Amino acid sequence: MSKSNFTRRGVLKSGAVAGAGVALPTIFTASSAAAYMNEPTGGSVTLGFNVPQTGPYADEGADELRAYKLAVEHLNGGGDGGMMNTFSSKALQGNGILGKKVEYVTGDTQTKSDAARASAKSMIEKDGAVMITGGSSSGVAVAVQALCQEAGIIFMAGLTHSNDTTGKDRKANGFRHFFNSYMSGAALAPVLEKMYGNDRKAYHLTADYNWGYTTEEAVKSSTEAMGWETVNAVKTPLTQTDFSSYIAPVLQSGADVLVLNHYGGNMVNSLTNAVQFGLRDKEVNGKNFEIVVPLYSRLMAKGAGANVKGIFGSTNWHWSLTDEGSKAFVRSFGEKYGFPPSQAAHTTYVQTLLYADACERAGTHNPCGVAEALEGFEFDGLGNGPTLYRAEDHQCFKDVLVVKGKENPTSEFDLLEIVEVTPAEQVTYAPDHPQMGGADASLGTCNDGA
Amino acid sequence: MLGLAKKDFTLLAVVVGLTLLAPFILNPFPEGSGMAQFNAGYPDLMQRFVIFGIFAIGFNILFGLTGYLSFGHAAFLGVGSYAAIWMMKLVTTNVIPAMILAIIVAGAFALLVGFITLRRSGIYFSILTLAFAQMSYALAYSVLTPITGGETGLQLKLNDPRILDSALVGGDQARANLFGVNMSSSYEMSVGGWLFTFNAGYYIAAIVMILAFYMAIRIFRSPFGLMLRAVKSNQQRMNFTGLNSRPYTLAAFVISGMYAGLAGGLMVAMDTQVGPERMFWTASGEVVLMTILGGAGTLIGPVLGAGMIKYMENIISKINSTILHQWFAWMPDGLEDFVVAVIYPFIGKGWHLTLGIIFMLVVIFLPGGLVEGGQRIAGLFRRKKTADETSTTPAE
Repeated sequence: MSKSNFTRRGVLKSGAVAGAGVALPTIFTASSAAAYMNEPTGGSVTLGFNVPQTGPYADEGADELRAYKLAVEHLNGGGDGGMMNTFSSKALQGNGILGKKVEYVTGDTQTKSDAARASAKSMIEKDGAVMITGGSSSGVAVAVQALCQEAGIIFMAGLTHSNDTTGKDRKANGFRHFFNSYMSGAALAPVLEKMYGNDRKAYHLTADYNWGYTTEEAVKSSTEAMGWETVNAVKTPLTQTDFSSYIAPVLQSGADVLVLNHYGGNMVNSLTNAVQFGLRDKEVNGKNFEIVVPLYSRLMAKGAGANVKGIFGSTNWHWSLTDEGSKAFVRSFGEKYGFPPSQAAHTTYVQTLLYADACERAGTHNPCGVAEALEGFEFDGLGNGPTLYRAEDHQCFKDVLVVKGKENPTSEFDLLEIVEVTPAEQVTYAPDHPQMGGADASLGTCNDGA
Repeated sequence: MLGLAKKDFTLLAVVVGLTLLAPFILNPFPEGSGMAQFNAGYPDLMQRFVIFGIFAIGFNILFGLTGYLSFGHAAFLGVGSYAAIWMMKLVTTNVIPAMILAIIVAGAFALLVGFITLRRSGIYFSILTLAFAQMSYALAYSVLTPITGGETGLQLKLNDPRILDSALVGGDQARANLFGVNMSSSYEMSVGGWLFTFNAGYYIAAIVMILAFYMAIRIFRSPFGLMLRAVKSNQQRMNFTGLNSRPYTLAAFVISGMYAGLAGGLMVAMDTQVGPERMFWTASGEVVLMTILGGAGTLIGPVLGAGMIKYMENIISKINSTILHQWFAWMPDGLEDFVVAVIYPFIGKGWHLTLGIIFMLVVIFLPGGLVEGGQRIAGLFRRKKTADETSTTPAE
């Protein structure tokens, strides 16, 4: 039973306590005196590597982390220097960043936005990181990018392919080196036209979330532009593991190309199902039935095994490239870990180098100075040929690789072969392109957290 | 005082003391020392401690008192979060209206879900609530993308309407605030090697948690609370005496849902971002773990459990092999590698494993949770007093 015993004295006392409690936060609102957020004051500078260590993309995360460690080693003057030797900008000395030794903290995003933000926040608030990088899903990248914008930290996106990261959700403090859905569509279309003709009927199976939507839209619009017809586009739940019920209607639809807008485990399963159903041996409308996978990765190709043979897709980078930068990177990564790097490893390594280089050129770790140095920066020698970091949306524009599953793989890493390198001009779009959020999308202004 | 018995008032006073002094208590190690790794006194984690504390307190009102195990409580947290972020996007970035709307919407949703699921009890009830939560998750993830932002979730944007707020000037961003006090503003106090951070958002969340805790005490000690305990001990007998238990369980379910909504609203207030995975079944399972780990049916238990799990998730998961090697660098090389190899599976990405082991140990040896552990330790020092006086028996 409750008993009320309100006395005048009691009410006054508790009122005073509550009042003091409410007043407390307003007393402590002075911000610190640093010139910008987490200004490195000692002899070292801390970077935050925020990658999925558990969950569906843990493999990609592990490879990203390997690349980050390699990049830190190279920045601090260890190892053989990797791509620092082939990079067109020579600002990096191998003595850390601006003479400060590079240290790092790691965190687990669990491929969940909340966990990723919690981990990034602890890096910013507890460990004093000046830059956060990583991520292997667009949802996480968008969430962490927004956090870094609020906090006044630079975000260098890792593996994120959705248009939104540098499209409708672009931020002044966020930068992406990886390519995007639009570029995949634009790069694939000419190759598909050459291989399969311009009179095809396509059927899309699309993972039911943002990345799936933007990829479907990109592939649809670029294939329709060359004369293909889209018969149907079906959304599949992300958690689906058996796609048989989605594959069966494809044959009845009269389509002769199946586009799988799936990534990771989804793609492995849907492709395996499609091949098991004998789709590739069928002949529809007098043409061979074909399958296309817009975004390929080596880890996916490994999962799908022999089923990927002859199937076209696009990728950001592949270790079999023979330019000097790629060779240097594959060599130092291979020497350290014993196998070639994945595209996720490549993009994260490059992002770390680009950040460090921008600090050197700007002469400061201040995020606004770094952002200015990165905007409109043209560079070469990092594995993708001449590349531009566009100032309007902080997206890198570079050549896109169209690959296909190798018919006779020689090792478990040698699963993809490069069919064509689509030049950057062909995949470039206007910053206010409708697929990129249209005229509404804006970077906002740079925030240094001061 | 405040309508509480002396013992409850002491408990409330202890909770108030702990939450207000948390920046000191959670940062026991000086900056830069090897042990600083274990400091938890940074704003984000402190905010999470109290927010998940509120979530667990609310869950405990349902599970601890009535014994109904809801396995879908994260849905209310998520719904509250979405309500709060829309309030911030459309009306004002002040956190108070956002939290109020979060509580109302979550309460309404709990009323609907509770009305349907409370027709069954036991495992069927758990499965029904789980189904509702997974349904909400799936809807938020894809079907309702226009409202929920899908996988990417929702954030504050520069071009949101915010009809009550004045337009942003220059490079300003929309930020969650309480009458102009920015949630992320902090005051840092450095004493010797120590650095203590007093964060505005944390103190606002802490005051809300203290209020929520006070409410929970009042509910526990009220005739209504007694009725809920009766449901737990023997619902059939209660029904046979002519009492209809449905209104009581439904009320408990809705109150508990409103607590979850409040926690969701606060999460948005502290960190303006919502994603659907907040409603995933693992999030629902987490609050069950928090409550059981701390001690179901006790007042302080769920708060302790929430703190424990969030600490593991944020601190243990960040220890990596490099840090281990630093710690054991004094050992001979071979031994160092061996020790690191033994410990490595339990830290970093292995934090789930450590948590699992602790959970098993607690459930097997301390069925009453951490609270029982505390009571046993206290009992060792106070042998003279009778045992039943020192132990607060959990609700049966």
